[in-house]
Amino acid sequence: MTVVTAETETRRPGRGSWRRQRSLAWTIARMDLRQLWKSPDFLVPMVVLAGFFFVVAPSVLLFAITHVHASSLVTKVSDTLNLLPSQAGHAIAQRVRHASAAAKTSYALAVYLFAPLAVIVPMTISTAVGANCLVGEREKGTGEFLAHCPATEREIYTGKLIASLLPGYVTTLVGFGIYSLVVNVIVGPQVGGWFFPTSSWWVLMFWVVPPFLAITLSVVLRLSARVKSAAAAQQASGLVTLPLIVVSFGVATGGLFGSQNGALWFGVAAWLAAFYGLRRGARAVTRARLLGAEGDLG
Amino acid sequence: MIAISGSAIDAHVHLPVVDAAVVELTRVRRTFRGVVALDDFSLRVQAGTVAVLLGPNGAGKTTATRLVTGVLSAEQGTVSTFGIDPTGPAGDEVRRRCGVVAARPALYDRLSGRDNLVYAARLYRLGANAPIEASADRFGIADSLELRVGGYSTGMKARLALARAVLHDPDLLLLDEPTSGLDPESSHAVLGLIDEMAAGGKTVVMCTHLLLEAEGLADQVVMMDAGCDLLAGSPDELVEQIWPDPIVVFDAEDPVGLDQLADMPGVVTYERGGGPATVTLDDVGRVPDLVTTLGALGVRITRVSPHGPTLEELYFAVRRVGRSGRSRPLQGVDDAFARGEPVPFSSRDGLTKSKERAEASQP
Repeated sequence: MTVVTAETETRRPGRGSWRRQRSLAWTIARMDLRQLWKSPDFLVPMVVLAGFFFVVAPSVLLFAITHVHASSLVTKVSDTLNLLPSQAGHAIAQRVRHASAAAKTSYALAVYLFAPLAVIVPMTISTAVGANCLVGEREKGTGEFLAHCPATEREIYTGKLIASLLPGYVTTLVGFGIYSLVVNVIVGPQVGGWFFPTSSWWVLMFWVVPPFLAITLSVVLRLSARVKSAAAAQQASGLVTLPLIVVSFGVATGGLFGSQNGALWFGVAAWLAAFYGLRRGARAVTRARLLGAEGDLG
Repeated sequence: MIAISGSAIDAHVHLPVVDAAVVELTRVRRTFRGVVALDDFSLRVQAGTVAVLLGPNGAGKTTATRLVTGVLSAEQGTVSTFGIDPTGPAGDEVRRRCGVVAARPALYDRLSGRDNLVYAARLYRLGANAPIEASADRFGIADSLELRVGGYSTGMKARLALARAVLHDPDLLLLDEPTSGLDPESSHAVLGLIDEMAAGGKTVVMCTHLLLEAEGLADQVVMMDAGCDLLAGSPDELVEQIWPDPIVVFDAEDPVGLDQLADMPGVVTYERGGGPATVTLDDVGRVPDLVTTLGALGVRITRVSPHGPTLEELYFAVRRVGRSGRSRPLQGVDDAFARGEPVPFSSRDGLTKSKERAEASQP
């Protein structure tokens, strides 16, 4: 017979203190990040993706509009910009009232039409990392070590969440910084100085994108815990995150085009959904699933 | 009774366990999608002993060790490790005191050996003074510590897994097929570790289907099949239980003449392959009479020696009784003992066949 004092039971060491949880979760996350850092097959596509969307594509397009005097291109892009909501049109007119058509077009492109970058890049990268992080441990056999270690299932989940979230979000922040430089250097002189990031972009980057990333990862990590192979995890994650990318793209664009209050409220709703999703997602990570003993879908 | 007192469970303070049983599984059942992995399985391992779970693949050995650390939960029965339910709130404390070497080394191949050990040290909260160098040195991988694990040989990986498992000086070491696929040197390191741990008062539970490696190491042997414990006890106890009568080996210039022993008084069982005969007697005092009788019959005896059965012989004897048409292996063994049936000595299929072949080759 085993007698455990009430005090011992109520302490619930399985949950641990916040500091302990954070420490072990960070240890697990750091290990995963270290492995990613040593994986050129992951790093190279990540840099290429972010480089293309944040640097190459905007640079080429904006440079062409502002420096190559191809009036037909400017006209075509301007026509497209006419489709922007009236609020956006007013904002452009106010900010760059006396600028040339090319300057207005490049301004509109830089501020409004590259919003999807802020969503697609982090979601693509984090989904790729997240889909592999739990099923990958199982496939490599390292799940056995993790399952037997003294970290709680919540600590393991949090660690995996951090390890999946950081590569995508940090890449996006770095890309955002470089993008800001690029648009300011190329378009700034045309519109009277540095103008980017606008307040809407700050809201987008720090209030709207993180919760959408968290929602996506809550789904992806659940899948990763339950499927049988990394390939299946990637496949399923792609299917699940595609609609999420579309929704978050819609929200991001709407946030930029519409009022800032709208974006803030979208953010609040997204944060609530993210907390709910992460709480539910945490339950999917069990020691048995790390072993693959109960790793099947359904 | 196990009393856990004190106001809190400290991460670095071992819980005072009064009971000597470190591991106690009682009538445990565990299935995986309807497939029975363990059924009515019981195991009790005393502190400071080496318990060996013996059984074929799929016998439930790995599941049993996973229940011990709380990685899996039992559907029926109770599991207690250090007097604590390992799936309960204090389960992490149990895992902190366990070192596990899985059947697969479970190492991070992209990282160096040192990275793998540092990771374990952090998870077990060993701090900056973790004995990484000492642990690597103990298993002869200190020189390879900075190399990527992906480039390690199978033996080196096994050594690194061992170094990682004992890094935090666990009270209970669980080894799942630890020498599987290893070179002799690495196997020796594993067995040496078990010896060392046991000598240091630690408890070891090892799963294996390699009988030779359990020989001489085990304080307790648990023979398993189809999720059941067929028999448990020290090797000597098991031999005594299965073969209570003395076993004697007879050899002769012409071993065929030894077959006359089968009908002599006092001979309980008689078996002979191509060479010497193995005879179970009801009393060891009959040996002089038997030798005299054989001599009178013209058999020139060259050797008479007592025989201590090996674990391998024991294993195959138990397995054969366990398989003899009963619904459950355990029932087969129990029934055989209950009826007082003598268990044939060389019940290993290979030996029986070799005897049949030898007989068939006789003119």
